[in-house]
Amino acid sequence: MLYVTQTALELGFLYALVAMALFVSYRILDIADLTTDGCFVLGAAVSVTCAAAGYPILGIPAAMIAGSAAGFVTAFLQTRLGVPSILAGIVTNTGLYTVNLMAMGWSSNVSLLKQATVFTMFRDTGIGGGWYKVILAAFVTVLMGLLVLGFLRTRLGLSVRATGDNRDMVRASSINPTFTITVGLCLANALTALSGAMVGQYQKTMDINGGTGIVVIGLACLIIGETVLGRRTVTKGVIAVIIGSVIYRLIYAIVLYTKVVPVDCLKLLTAVIVGLAIAFPSIKDWVLFQRRKAVAGRKGGC
Amino acid sequence: MLKINHVSKTFNPGTVNEKKALEDVSLHLLSGDFVTIVGSNGAGKSTLFNAIAGAFFADEGSIELAGEDITFKPEYKRSREMGRLFQDPMRGTAPNMTIEENLALAYLRTAKHQNAFFSRISRADRQFFRDQLALLDMGLEDRMKQPVGLLSGGQRQALTLLMATMVPPKVLLLDEHTAALDPATAEKVLDITKDVVSRNKITTLMVTHNMSNALSLGNRTIMMDSGRIVFDTRDEERSGMTVDDLLEKFRQGAGKMLDNDRILLSN
Repeated sequence: MLYVTQTALELGFLYALVAMALFVSYRILDIADLTTDGCFVLGAAVSVTCAAAGYPILGIPAAMIAGSAAGFVTAFLQTRLGVPSILAGIVTNTGLYTVNLMAMGWSSNVSLLKQATVFTMFRDTGIGGGWYKVILAAFVTVLMGLLVLGFLRTRLGLSVRATGDNRDMVRASSINPTFTITVGLCLANALTALSGAMVGQYQKTMDINGGTGIVVIGLACLIIGETVLGRRTVTKGVIAVIIGSVIYRLIYAIVLYTKVVPVDCLKLLTAVIVGLAIAFPSIKDWVLFQRRKAVAGRKGGC
Repeated sequence: MLKINHVSKTFNPGTVNEKKALEDVSLHLLSGDFVTIVGSNGAGKSTLFNAIAGAFFADEGSIELAGEDITFKPEYKRSREMGRLFQDPMRGTAPNMTIEENLALAYLRTAKHQNAFFSRISRADRQFFRDQLALLDMGLEDRMKQPVGLLSGGQRQALTLLMATMVPPKVLLLDEHTAALDPATAEKVLDITKDVVSRNKITTLMVTHNMSNALSLGNRTIMMDSGRIVFDTRDEERSGMTVDDLLEKFRQGAGKMLDNDRILLSN
């Protein structure tokens, strides 16, 4: 059971970066960025390939640069070429499949055998004993959380936030929305790729299809966190995605451990939960409306 | 200050919905002019503002601001030197950001902050915002950490006005900015407007449907109909005019009665 909790914490922190990326794109910029799945694999592919060549640390920033490049393509498609934002993400995502194969040396999976990873290197420092993976994962995620929060308080960060909040106002405040959307999407995808990079070296293997459904899982974490913590301020939002991700992985671990739900059904379950959570306001309105209608009917009004 | 030379704009050209929104409009504003604009429904008042602000580019003609040709300058660049308020108080502020953060964004327009992407709101900025908010006399200076979405329409419009004028713009465009507010709040926002404009001597264009406001505010009044300016009066000539004179001048210029439903209702 301890092992299960430990794994849940490790994965929770690592995947929290995807949820943080979605917080930036979906909540702050108000853009559903579907580059996520491909971008996650891109990050993993770059990082695992670098690690296989003997440069595990270099693999991390390289993955982030690759990720922000993917974000730039999506942003370019929607801001300069007028492609609707969801479609822009899908187009980039499709193209990324080939790019990812290329990054993995045209093979559909890459494994690390004896090569060092950032995790083995950290283990060798002796910090944290048996918890070293949790500590490294938590450190990276919390550090990124602080950096993102710091960024969102700068003037550029405020401009990015305003772009998602009121675009009319942004143009009237001498901010170029094309620029702020580009900055926001580059940041979000760098975070997604970082998550992929860390997960890749953590698992010591990466498969070309390893990112399928990541965007939905990320949204699930985001929504779980917001349900627990609320979504009033940006600080709360960033903490919420980390907590949400850990909770999601704990639930996942419990399901795996107790086999309440067959493991094969987990993606469907996640999709249903996310669908319901996003639809919640509409469902609530509908229920209230039906109740009002029922009350009016009983009173015998027209 | 602002020179509009023979500007025309046609929407949906070549279709059944073709609409000539502006036809050969020329208007020269002197520095410090406060111009009120009245006109019938669909006269092109808002279109004129959109052309000046750069929401679209004019089909023909040119626009000059303080000697610089801005005809093809994009909207976000023009807004460094222009302030704009809309009728809808929700359009000028970001609801999920705090008062302080909204002001910080508006303050970005100052030249020294233009490239300071990674600077944060400093203590000095905060004090400056506080002093500016206190001038509005709405108690907003004590609510700087609250999201703007919690404010009333009047408060939001006053805040937008402050954001547009905190760094005095070369031109201020007010598009019926008090029309959506209740009479008492409208009066208050109008008072703040008069105060801010006269204090900073901002060149201002204001669309209004209140005919007596049109004559009492500012130093010049123009009337528009069907995308053209049909009447233009200023200073001494204007000071002797009554609302009835203005309506008569409109009839002569446009060849018809002024048919703005809101004007008829408010007089």
